[in-house]
Amino acid sequence: MRIHIRGGRLVDPKHRIDGVRDIFVAEGRIVGAGAGVAPAGFRADRVIDATGLVVAPGLVDLAARLREPGLEYKATLDSELYAAVAGGVTTLACPPDTDPPLDEPGLVEMLKRRALSRNLAHVHPVGALTAKLEGARLAEMATLRDAGCVAFSQADAPIADTAVLWRALQYAATLGLPVWLRPQDPMLARDGVAHDGEVATRLGLPGIPAFAETIAVGTILELVRATGTRMHLCRLSTAAGVAMVRAAKGDGLPVTADVDAHHVHLSEIDLTAYDAHCHLVPPLRSLRDRDALRAGLADGTIDAICSDHTPVDEDAKQMPFGESVPGATGLELLLPLTLKWAAERKLALADALARVTCEPARILGVEAGHLGAGAPADVCVFDPEAYVRITPVVLKSQGKNTPFLGYELPGRVRCTLVAGTVRYEAGA
Amino acid sequence: MFNLFFEPSTRTRTTFEIAAKRLSADVINLNISTSSQSKGETLLDTIDNLAAMHADMFVVRHAASGAAHLIARHVAPHRHVINAGDGRHAHPTQGLLDAYTIRHYKRDFTRLAVAVVGDILHSRVARSLIHALTTLGTPDVRAIGPQTLLPTGVESLGVRVFHDMREGLRDADVIVMLRLQNERMKGPLLPSAQEYFKCYGLTAEKLVVAKPDAIVMHPGPMNRGVEIDSMVADGRQAVILPQVTFGIAVRMAVMSLLGGGGAI
Repeated sequence: MRIHIRGGRLVDPKHRIDGVRDIFVAEGRIVGAGAGVAPAGFRADRVIDATGLVVAPGLVDLAARLREPGLEYKATLDSELYAAVAGGVTTLACPPDTDPPLDEPGLVEMLKRRALSRNLAHVHPVGALTAKLEGARLAEMATLRDAGCVAFSQADAPIADTAVLWRALQYAATLGLPVWLRPQDPMLARDGVAHDGEVATRLGLPGIPAFAETIAVGTILELVRATGTRMHLCRLSTAAGVAMVRAAKGDGLPVTADVDAHHVHLSEIDLTAYDAHCHLVPPLRSLRDRDALRAGLADGTIDAICSDHTPVDEDAKQMPFGESVPGATGLELLLPLTLKWAAERKLALADALARVTCEPARILGVEAGHLGAGAPADVCVFDPEAYVRITPVVLKSQGKNTPFLGYELPGRVRCTLVAGTVRYEAGA
Repeated sequence: MFNLFFEPSTRTRTTFEIAAKRLSADVINLNISTSSQSKGETLLDTIDNLAAMHADMFVVRHAASGAAHLIARHVAPHRHVINAGDGRHAHPTQGLLDAYTIRHYKRDFTRLAVAVVGDILHSRVARSLIHALTTLGTPDVRAIGPQTLLPTGVESLGVRVFHDMREGLRDADVIVMLRLQNERMKGPLLPSAQEYFKCYGLTAEKLVVAKPDAIVMHPGPMNRGVEIDSMVADGRQAVILPQVTFGIAVRMAVMSLLGGGGAI
């Protein structure tokens, strides 16, 4: 299939391109870009008119739970990978907290194979750092790497014993494998469900102090200093955490970081009606923290925005706040929330899209997130001016749980290509 | 009227029942911890089933903060939900009866110094009372306790914090003692009941620094010798039993107003 995407505004952050260009796709790859001039011998099977639309690399999401294997009652590969392409996400990493966890090669291979057979977004499993995510014994990282794991993580499971963490990082460094950790002291966070601050005090919700994050960041950074492990810190939530990462990068440590799109917009203030959709991990923190996360994103301290996609069934949210299951659906909100942030900060579109395309692709270490010649033709065509009202019906994900229900958000995906084939078309 | 108690209670449940009976309501008492919830039914399923029995009013106590709000959002608008205590968050009718008690003895809220002493971290009673007092214009509300029993940012509720009890009680008009739950007296929050009593127990000797006509309140149930000395609990300044009596009238008023009875 040869596709000619005509007349769109091509925004390719990696190559600093922002202008009206046509792109040409053949054999699953980008074969050319320019002002209406096709490469020699190119005859399109299909022409997509993108006039007035943005043509961008397909989004790369560093954290999307697909709920397979084991948690299919919450969501399935079919529903969630379709939600991904409907949201313009063409590459995603899934954390290992499935049931059973991704700690053995058979599971990883099965997940990859099942995902591949869907012909939707590319799926890159993140393997378990410790067996069963129990934080005690090392997982077989080399074997898991060979099965297709791109990085190693504990998802939200703790490693209570710092000696185990140290050894795990040493072992990962030996193999040159990246480790992704969400920094949180498990003991300090044990009973908490909300940011330990004024709002939680007023609402009577047990708190998770900001220092639950910074103490863990401190521990991890010291171990990175000692072991040289390539470290990706997931879902930063505090101003102090951002400052520590900024300093660590200044020291030249091999550290990257991401933030969950919800935390770029929401804060503890959004909890005041006990809306269980705002029960997230890590908790929504103060406005000061939110502003520091935005500043960190703008100056590059935080490399990427992820969706932290966590489909939860509605029954598990129809509970008192603290008893509800945390998490929010996010694959279809990653682009709108990134565009909303860009509009509010008056950022260039390419700078904002870098946080969801080439930057996460670099962390993931896969060829994705750009539209240079020869790149895989993973493309997201969207209307930046169209607003979408977020409702359960609009969302393709099986999870309808989002704090943004009822919001009007910018950015309607019109068409998504994965490896040169149209996998989603609005209205189709 | 359904008395829906997911946590045990004597005083609140009973006074709600008395208040409802005086208003000629039919009262059904349900202690849910022992029935359907233990069989796996969700909170809202329980509510739907009771609503199908034509309940007009739910009086709800639940261990989770925000439980009454969840139920109120869920039920049809003509069914009333009264929060009888949700987690650490609020105990509004207790707050009202405490405010009524203070008004009964002290009249003018805008001239008072009120000291709330003890486990504010876990106390819904304290949150509701502090909310009532700051709303009614009380200029000096004090929170007294060790850091381990005060929630983060408690000052944002409109209180001044004291860790020294004598300092906090100085010239107070009203002293509200909070119950200390036994399970919190050991472990990381407090070393022992004895040490707590020594630092934060209300004794006659500490009471003298308050105004001579200060009243002493307690939402009950009391732990004598832990947060309050019997000499004080049974003394002339204590208004702990009148608080219970006033609770009936206050709860009658709440139910009557909600049930469409108009102003009393």
